Amino acid sequence: MRVKLQHLAHTRSGDKGDTSNIMVIAYAPEFYPLLKAQLTAERFKAFYAGAVKGPVERYAVDGIGALNFVAQGALGGGVSRSLCLDNYGKALSAAVLGFEIEVPESLQGKLRGMGQTTGSTT
Amino acid sequence: MSEKTIRIGSGAAWWGDRVEPAILNAEKGDLDYLCFETMAEATVSAAQVRARRDPSFPGYDTYLDDRIKGVLPGCLKRGTKIVTNQGWINPNAAAERIVYWLRHFGANGVKVAAVNGSLITERVLELTDRILENGAPTRTLAPTLISAEAYLGAEPIVEALKAGAQIVVTGRVADPSLFLAPMMHEFGWDALDHRHLGAGNGIGHLLECGAQVTGGYFSDPGFKDVPEPWNLAFPIAEVSPDGSCILSKVAGTGGAINLMTVKEQCLYEVHDPANYITPDVVVDFTTIRLEDLGADRVRVSNISGKPRTPTLKVSIGCTEGFIGEDMFFYAGPGALRRAQLAKKILEERFKIVKLKAEELRIDFLGVNAIHGEMSPKHGPEPYEVAVRVAARTRTKEEAIKVGREVDGMAVSGVAHTGKRVPHQDRFREIIGVWSALVPRDKVQPSINYFES
Repeated sequence: MRVKLQHLAHTRSGDKGDTSNIMVIAYAPEFYPLLKAQLTAERFKAFYAGAVKGPVERYAVDGIGALNFVAQGALGGGVSRSLCLDNYGKALSAAVLGFEIEVPESLQGKLRGMGQTTGSTT
Repeated sequence: MSEKTIRIGSGAAWWGDRVEPAILNAEKGDLDYLCFETMAEATVSAAQVRARRDPSFPGYDTYLDDRIKGVLPGCLKRGTKIVTNQGWINPNAAAERIVYWLRHFGANGVKVAAVNGSLITERVLELTDRILENGAPTRTLAPTLISAEAYLGAEPIVEALKAGAQIVVTGRVADPSLFLAPMMHEFGWDALDHRHLGAGNGIGHLLECGAQVTGGYFSDPGFKDVPEPWNLAFPIAEVSPDGSCILSKVAGTGGAINLMTVKEQCLYEVHDPANYITPDVVVDFTTIRLEDLGADRVRVSNISGKPRTPTLKVSIGCTEGFIGEDMFFYAGPGALRRAQLAKKILEERFKIVKLKAEELRIDFLGVNAIHGEMSPKHGPEPYEVAVRVAARTRTKEEAIKVGREVDGMAVSGVAHTGKRVPHQDRFREIIGVWSALVPRDKVQPSINYFES
């Protein structure tokens, strides 16, 4: 089954100049190999096409089940000169929550937040 | 080796951070040290610009009074030492102001140290070679240079603590070094002991963004919930002489410290996790071991270090023109089609007024203003949408045109246009920040001592 990454991993972004680092951290150790195999630097860059203008490098930290994507040209030329409302790219790490990952049925029970879909104004 | 541990707490993660959790840490954290990080990349340059225009601006953290006044009673009672980079471009004036507050609370004979020497504006073009971001010679920045500062490490803070300072206030110091310094001082770690410094600096990295490790910038309903996210605490590390620690927070506060919050903060603003370069040491986070002890306590161990580099990073702030920006609103059926027409009208009017922009962006907030071109092209129609206009210009006069043309949308625009009352802050000056490297021995910190 294909599910959104948000059910397998949590993410956060940090800024340095025009570079955003977006980390993807597995909720459970079983999910980490799936993320590592399917969310390559190339696919990450393709997914962020339009938002990330430069090269993307991926660092794996196996010990904590985390992938760190370092995306250049992601902050509109740099935090201070960016015309984006979100100068620091703090919300950039949310986009990859929608990246689709193929998950074996056997791990379905471990997926997080499957009942949670949208917010409500009430 | 002594088995004593020291308790180091966070008092701020940035200039605009909340003050209440710092006071809570001072009063209930049972802290040996309370450390404040209050600077962003452009803080020094922004302060220089302000100081030029406003001679009454003392050059230190504009919230220094709130913070120091708030935490001093608790810190004086417990004997908690304070390390803070609130000195910005004038650590001496910050120290004098802290002395004022010490006397206000009746604390006499308290030694306050001001660490200077990070500002190298006059020498930066001769001391540095290339801009790290684009490889161009740093001398190309000469016409627009505002300010340059080297990132100092922990050593001058350690020296001040050794000399008996109860409070150390600095200019630019690398963020984690503010937290590392007390460990070096208390445990006698040598400045070249990269094994311990790597571990300690890694802990500093986990603490320097404050609530980001205690449940801030974290909660996501249904996925990552934390109790009482309105009641977040700033973190406390109980550090052992071997460079391991237990992260915790004051009991009774909201938020959480767990493996997820610590992992997220571990890699925050890190590029290569095996080579996180700081003035004191190169940190290797890939060896980190985390153990959830329950009840918002996580044990952190085995962060590694490699020898420090021969250079220090320099931040160079430059004037880069202005940004003009404003927004207006649509709602109800057809909100997006009216926003699209409004965009077209503005594009044409900017031609009429001959707007000279380096870059112009007209976004639909609620549709594509945050993630830009990667936003879904055919998403569901939003019930509300804001048209957000921004232009980067060489001059203030050009930047002002953005707000003036948005004003025009009030009576000369589209049906059902919602507008804010025109206000004054629709343009701002850009301070671009570039980086370079300077040989370590060319930057000599100096320390001035004050006493209440």
